[in-house]
Amino acid sequence: MQENIDYFIFGIMPYIALTVLVVGSIARYERDPFTWKSSSSQLLRRKQLVWGSILFHVGIITVFGGHLVGLFTPVWVLDVLGVPYALKQWMAVILGGTAGIMALIGATMLIHRRVTDPRIWRHTSFADIGILVLIWLQLLIGLGTITLTLQHMDGAEMVRFMTWSQSVIFLKLNAWAMVVNVHWLYKVHIFLGLLITILFPFTRLVHMISGFAAPFRYLSRPGYQIVRSRRKSVKPAE
Amino acid sequence: MKVRAQIGMVLNLDKCIGCHTCSVTCKNVWTSRDGVEYAWFNNVETKPGLGYPTDWENQARWNGGWERSKGGKLQPKQGGKWRILANIFANPDLPEIDDYYEPFDFDYDHLKSAPEGKAFPTARPRSKITGERMQKIEKGPNWEEILGGEFSKRSDDYNFEGIQKEIYGEYENTFMMYLPRLCEHCLNPACAASCPSGAIYKREEDGIVLIDQEKCRGWRMCVSGCPYKKIYYNWESGKSEKCTLCYPRIESGNPTVCSETCVGRIRYLGVMLYDADKIEEAANAPETTDLYDAQLGVFLDPKDPEVIKAARRDGVPEDWIKSAAESPIWKMAMDWKVAFPLHPEYRTLPMVWYIPPLSPIQNAAEAGAIGMNGGMPDVRNLRIPLKYLANMLTAGDEAPVATALERMLAMRAYMRSKTVEGVIDEGIAEKVGLNGRMIEDMYKIMALADYEDRFVIPTTHREQVEDAYELRSGCGFTDTNGCSPGISKGSLFGGSKKALKMPDLKIPQEAK
Repeated sequence: MQENIDYFIFGIMPYIALTVLVVGSIARYERDPFTWKSSSSQLLRRKQLVWGSILFHVGIITVFGGHLVGLFTPVWVLDVLGVPYALKQWMAVILGGTAGIMALIGATMLIHRRVTDPRIWRHTSFADIGILVLIWLQLLIGLGTITLTLQHMDGAEMVRFMTWSQSVIFLKLNAWAMVVNVHWLYKVHIFLGLLITILFPFTRLVHMISGFAAPFRYLSRPGYQIVRSRRKSVKPAE
Repeated sequence: MKVRAQIGMVLNLDKCIGCHTCSVTCKNVWTSRDGVEYAWFNNVETKPGLGYPTDWENQARWNGGWERSKGGKLQPKQGGKWRILANIFANPDLPEIDDYYEPFDFDYDHLKSAPEGKAFPTARPRSKITGERMQKIEKGPNWEEILGGEFSKRSDDYNFEGIQKEIYGEYENTFMMYLPRLCEHCLNPACAASCPSGAIYKREEDGIVLIDQEKCRGWRMCVSGCPYKKIYYNWESGKSEKCTLCYPRIESGNPTVCSETCVGRIRYLGVMLYDADKIEEAANAPETTDLYDAQLGVFLDPKDPEVIKAARRDGVPEDWIKSAAESPIWKMAMDWKVAFPLHPEYRTLPMVWYIPPLSPIQNAAEAGAIGMNGGMPDVRNLRIPLKYLANMLTAGDEAPVATALERMLAMRAYMRSKTVEGVIDEGIAEKVGLNGRMIEDMYKIMALADYEDRFVIPTTHREQVEDAYELRSGCGFTDTNGCSPGISKGSLFGGSKKALKMPDLKIPQEAK
């Protein structure tokens, strides 16, 4: 039974999650672009949003970027650069830990504001509060795994996670077996991460894509203004 | 030279009676929906006052509009592109809904459903956001109606800049005027410039500034970018909304709802041709007092053969060029110079212009209480201080406003002389740099204000952009998402969708 669950979470779920993420996001963008938004509630209440939102976003983006770089950098790159695994793990713990704490404080402020302020609470959907609580839990568990990590700072376990993540991308279908022996807290963390990925297209999380795209669009826009023309062709001069 | 056409508007404040018909009809058409109860695409303010949202004119506080940097570069006052992106998680310049007002409704049902009691039942207010009881309504969309509130508060009005304002708090010196406001459909819109998603655009064919609801991501930078605070964040849909200049009506040659329903007939709509290549230079004039003149320099004379040639080259339709030549906006802004942009110092080159109001001085002047200037009252003695109007309309430069007011007084004197005394006095016209024929034209357009004279709107040329055959049996204007009437009960992607208040029509699914 345990083996089947492990097989599902580490062997099958990643593919379900990635498929739902990609297909779901494309479908939503295509079929219902009007619902694609950040759902900001700053207009209704500024209090606690400024600090909460900045702490949360800066923290979570750092954590997110750290996971991407940390998990998907091929192990041989570390070897070529001569970065000891233990050193990389230390960097991950310190950087990720700090950013994680920032994000956790921010998320706590945002949840508190959302639940206690009647203006916000009245207009909070199940998905809004659900995804926020899931992320909060995920941050808590992620920070919790640091205590485990500190007990084995040789980097071996980290390399195992890196190999597993990359094996998933390269369709090595039996890679799941690599991570069956890790502590259950890591397993919960990975499960929640995949769950959030699955929920991504159905919640306000889609604004992440716009958020990452906005700088490219905005900065590459020539000048500031946009003029749209509906004329197909300019009439020739008479 | 790059010729473009724009539908401009002029409001003759001299005739505005502050009845709010424009605001109410606009509200009924455009913002009677959840999430925008607090939004008034058109509102009328009593001046002097702080306005709606409170203190909107104070850009030291809101950082709206543009500024000229020390290096002479033009950039949004809330910051350049990097700065705007850095504020995307929390916008420091965004007003809170309380800066507008908390929308409310009353328990009208209680009036008829209350059980018999000793006291008459009352309809008490409820918040439209939380649904909870509101003990006291602290603010509304027109909280300073007819000088409501203390002068000490209202006198924080930005337009008192450089005026010894204390004396205007005294009863004998009180003055007031109405200021109807809507989106300015600027030539250099700061909202569009602030949008990281590129959802806000200016239409090439008629200059109307719109928000693409499908591209808006709710970053809300436009709300703070617009110095007139005429972009509203819909807290229900999470998208920004604004005045559309009733484009479906404009496209079919009809005036906007606010203009159509104006009982004082103060609103004018017409085509202005402008040179798109000159916009940046004009908006970046070194001194704020140069901006009014700079904007006049952007407009192109529709009777100039060179301009007509260039307009044809740039695809401006023939009837638009012809309408531009008959535009009431051109007459008032360029020929007679009686209309002015609202706060040109914001550097947005606004396209809704205002004719400053005269104040009731004639009787006092005739009684000898006010200085006369060659048969006409001296406009510097008007009840509304000239400087106040200049701060509002010309970045503080009094001379153009004084000329406009003198011309309006001259129009009255000329017509009084003509109709009452039967004497055509060209001297009056010459004194203000006009002639009798121009004054008679002014009288026709500004005083009589017939429907055809107020609204010279050419229809749009859809035949150039779409094939009508493909559009047959289409669904007309919808709330995004193709032909969907938006009445779906729930959506996998957006939680529960609120039904739009639209008639439940069976719509054939065969567009295209």
